Amino acid sequence: MEPLLHGVQGFIYPNEIELQWSILIVLYPFITGLVAGAFILASLERVFNVRAVKPTYRLALLTALAFLLIAPLPLQLHLGHPERSLEMFLTPHTTSAMAMFGFMYLWYLLIVLVLEIWLDFRRDIVMMAREKTGAARLFYRVLALGSDNISAESLKLDDKLGRFLTFIGIPSAFLLHGYVGFIFGSIKANPWWSTPLMPIVFLFSAMVSGIALVMLMYMLTSWFRNRPPDMDCLDTIGRYLLYAFIIDFGLEMVDLLHRIYESDESFRTLDFMVRTHLYTSHILIQIILGTILPIGLLAVVQLVQLQESARRTLYAIAGSLTLIGIFAMRWNVVIGGQLFSKSFLGYTTYKMGFATREGVLPALVLMALPFVILWILVKILPPWREE
Amino acid sequence: MRQSLKDREHLLRMLALLVAAIAVFLFVRSIAVPKDYGRFGPFRASALDDIAAMPVVFAGHSACEECHSDVVEARQGSKHTQIHCEICHGPAAAHAADPTASKPARPDGRELCLNCHVINVARPADFPQINPREHGDEGPCTACHPHHHPEP
Repeated sequence: MEPLLHGVQGFIYPNEIELQWSILIVLYPFITGLVAGAFILASLERVFNVRAVKPTYRLALLTALAFLLIAPLPLQLHLGHPERSLEMFLTPHTTSAMAMFGFMYLWYLLIVLVLEIWLDFRRDIVMMAREKTGAARLFYRVLALGSDNISAESLKLDDKLGRFLTFIGIPSAFLLHGYVGFIFGSIKANPWWSTPLMPIVFLFSAMVSGIALVMLMYMLTSWFRNRPPDMDCLDTIGRYLLYAFIIDFGLEMVDLLHRIYESDESFRTLDFMVRTHLYTSHILIQIILGTILPIGLLAVVQLVQLQESARRTLYAIAGSLTLIGIFAMRWNVVIGGQLFSKSFLGYTTYKMGFATREGVLPALVLMALPFVILWILVKILPPWREE
Repeated sequence: MRQSLKDREHLLRMLALLVAAIAVFLFVRSIAVPKDYGRFGPFRASALDDIAAMPVVFAGHSACEECHSDVVEARQGSKHTQIHCEICHGPAAAHAADPTASKPARPDGRELCLNCHVINVARPADFPQINPREHGDEGPCTACHPHHHPEP
């Protein structure tokens, strides 16, 4: 306790000195946001008939799956005793949003993502079961559930069912990430979190981060495969990223203006926190570097006629900055909400470990895992096979 | 008709897989969840009987006072009278049942006091608090403050 007190300013209650929600809890909304955003980008093609983004459709689905598989791990690592998470399904607690989210997660993973990917890749799976030999053949046969039927009629049925799944997948993706915002927004004792705008802000920032991630993954995979990325597709994604970003930024500014105008009893404390403790991560990284700059870069592409290579570079920079900015947003919400005392009279400091259970190292490993899973998924189900 | 059934076959297989997964889940649930779970709330009802069957470890201060009238007298007028015997001496049911079989603990005359009286901004300002580095010279508090009536 003694060394921790050096990070404390002013008056603080004893249970507020040490932060309970660590960087792992920052990762959790970041990762689920990427899932929801990637899925919503995929649904653009399927439900809203935006043909230009078709080259990213399957990659977006696989990306969403890779990240969704990892999404609960930060929570498991933070809480410990992963075996107890099963109790959530065995004895459901219907009045707790956190407990019911287990079912939401399962529904989204199994019914929406896995089933949709299976339907979409079924033709490829059957074709590979026919072409391969030995263990690989057996593997693909099991994946195809022993079916060898890829008649036009059966594929039409798959497409119809897949479209229906995407249709119910959009509200599911909204719920998936809206929930994360809901959890923070409904903590009435914390003025930094408690706002009904929270689920909506989280949702739009999720779309922004997911679209940026799929855009970067598409450019990266094209580069690995020595193929030029489809510029029409990239331009369309860039445009949607800009639209989503403007709405997201607008919502955050509405929230900010409302807080300033309302100036309730917590305002002076939060205002001081943003100007001091959170200045780098909130003002510099989240707002200037991670929001205004990428919006500006994406807007330049819309306003000025640029060469393909220049556009590609701008998209790569804007996409990377976007991901940094959205990560900073999650950081500022989760960590920022625990830096000030609920007495509004003091502040504490977040001391992050390195190779501890909730330190930087496990966070980096958790952040790298989805890319490993995606690499395996792409090996099993190459999303560009139909070209 | 036959053809259309054949084209749906893979979907029926997937459906069967999902139904099987749900069946396995329900089967596991029927085994893993105790039968009396949820009768009174989100817990195992028989846990109440289990807890009731646990041995009683506290005797209660009236049991102590039956024999230790000298301590009752010594504590007269002290603010600490509201703190009952077993809070400092630990559970004493075994001692009350057979005084020779076990003796209650005699707590450390410094550690115990500091639990409540070490200086802490979160405590009310008029609550007696000391800085252990400056007060008492590292010795036991009971050297100056009689343990059953510590007020000066």
